[in-house]
Amino acid sequence: MEPMAGEWTSAAHSMGTTIMAVEYNGGVILGADSRTTTGVYVANRASDKITQLTDNVYLCRSGSAADTQVVSDYVRYFLNQHTIQLGREATVKTAATLVKELAYQNKSFLQAGMIVAGWDKYDGGSVYAVPLGGTLLRLPFATGGSGSSYLYGFLDQAWRPQMSKDEAERFVVKSIALAIARDGASGGVVRTVTVNEHGVERNFFAGDKLPLFHEEIPPGRNSLLA
Amino acid sequence: MSSIGTGYDLSVTTFSPDGRVFQIEYANKAIDNSGTVVGIKCKDGVVLGVEKLIPSKMLLEGSNRRIHAVHKHAGMAVAGLAADGRQIVGRARSEASQYLSFYGEDIPIKELCDRVAHYVHLCTLYWWLRPFGSAAILGGYDRDGPQLYMIEPSGVAYRYFGAAVGKGRQAAKTAIEKLKLLEMTCREGIIAVAKIIYEVHDEAKDKAFELELSWVCDESNKQHQRVPADLLEEAKVAAKAAKDALDEDEGMDAD
Repeated sequence: MEPMAGEWTSAAHSMGTTIMAVEYNGGVILGADSRTTTGVYVANRASDKITQLTDNVYLCRSGSAADTQVVSDYVRYFLNQHTIQLGREATVKTAATLVKELAYQNKSFLQAGMIVAGWDKYDGGSVYAVPLGGTLLRLPFATGGSGSSYLYGFLDQAWRPQMSKDEAERFVVKSIALAIARDGASGGVVRTVTVNEHGVERNFFAGDKLPLFHEEIPPGRNSLLA
Repeated sequence: MSSIGTGYDLSVTTFSPDGRVFQIEYANKAIDNSGTVVGIKCKDGVVLGVEKLIPSKMLLEGSNRRIHAVHKHAGMAVAGLAADGRQIVGRARSEASQYLSFYGEDIPIKELCDRVAHYVHLCTLYWWLRPFGSAAILGGYDRDGPQLYMIEPSGVAYRYFGAAVGKGRQAAKTAIEKLKLLEMTCREGIIAVAKIIYEVHDEAKDKAFELELSWVCDESNKQHQRVPADLLEEAKVAAKAAKDALDEDEGMDAD
């Protein structure tokens, strides 16, 4: 018999996670799964890993939930002050630089893999990856989290530049669904955030909306309930 | 305007009964006695010019520069005590460099001006510091276009179309007001600034001077740089000719 207080009661909250962001023709799309685990227990099966930094910049979080929450709180605070002083909205580059600064200067304390993406009028849609260690890298698309390992081959084959908004969203949802299928630490629903010059749009794809891959049982047909 | 503040002028932390801080006013006198510095904002950029008075023939030409690069896109011309001016430029350079490090972007010129003004003002708040005896004219080009600012020893800073400090500032300001800055390009602006500086230079009181010119404009790729040698020569020639013509008109040449 398992002891009353298992290891999961004291383990740190981790976001096993699959996160990604892609640039498309006119903006960016951020996507993430929704599983937060403490050990093997799913502490939150519907978490929101895409956090707002400013009106036009969002952050995908992976790694330690606490660490990424604190980092995003600090960056949101700095950006807020910066926007007031600057007199105009902050650029994605500035937001990403601030995230990088915190990640790099505190590298020995943090376990945070993040992706900063958004839209500004100078550079259009931009995606910046800030992995463990605090590198800052601008890319046309980026992935992170434990589920991302299963996506590299797929992305190399399937990604194209200048996709339309719908194509890009389908691309993101399919990628995350593929990762969820293979990575035990990723699961739940797929959330997407689209940022462009017109504003921000949030979307939500639950089980029945996700694409199925070979040998998977379609949802809704459960043998226990006749 | 010139009055002594007997008793109330010993410290920058003392107000006079009529609300003035005399030490700051005395700091301004230091600038009034230095060579003229002029800045104008043309339609495509900013031009800075300095009447660099040469106290001795032994000085190497081009030394003791008065126009300094602050960052790729910004430069400063200083008037007044040279050493004080160097400190101000140093502070501006580190503010610009730290901003780039922290935010990943070049510092907006307004922000740079605010930071420098804040620092200059700081030095008027403590009895163990004296105010800076120099004014800095800051010219730069950022996402909001070309801008010209001036920071005074009191810590006050305004944005200008045209600014002048130093010995010949009154005459320079009058000349600047006559210019049609909104239609002028920097190429034309260089000639205009050179002419103004030659015009306000007092040959009787001050012997030799060297003209220093810099610009930041579309033609210089939005980077602050010394005006290229050939354009500088062109400007000097035009300015000398204008000055000679003026002297003849006014009959100043003893014939």
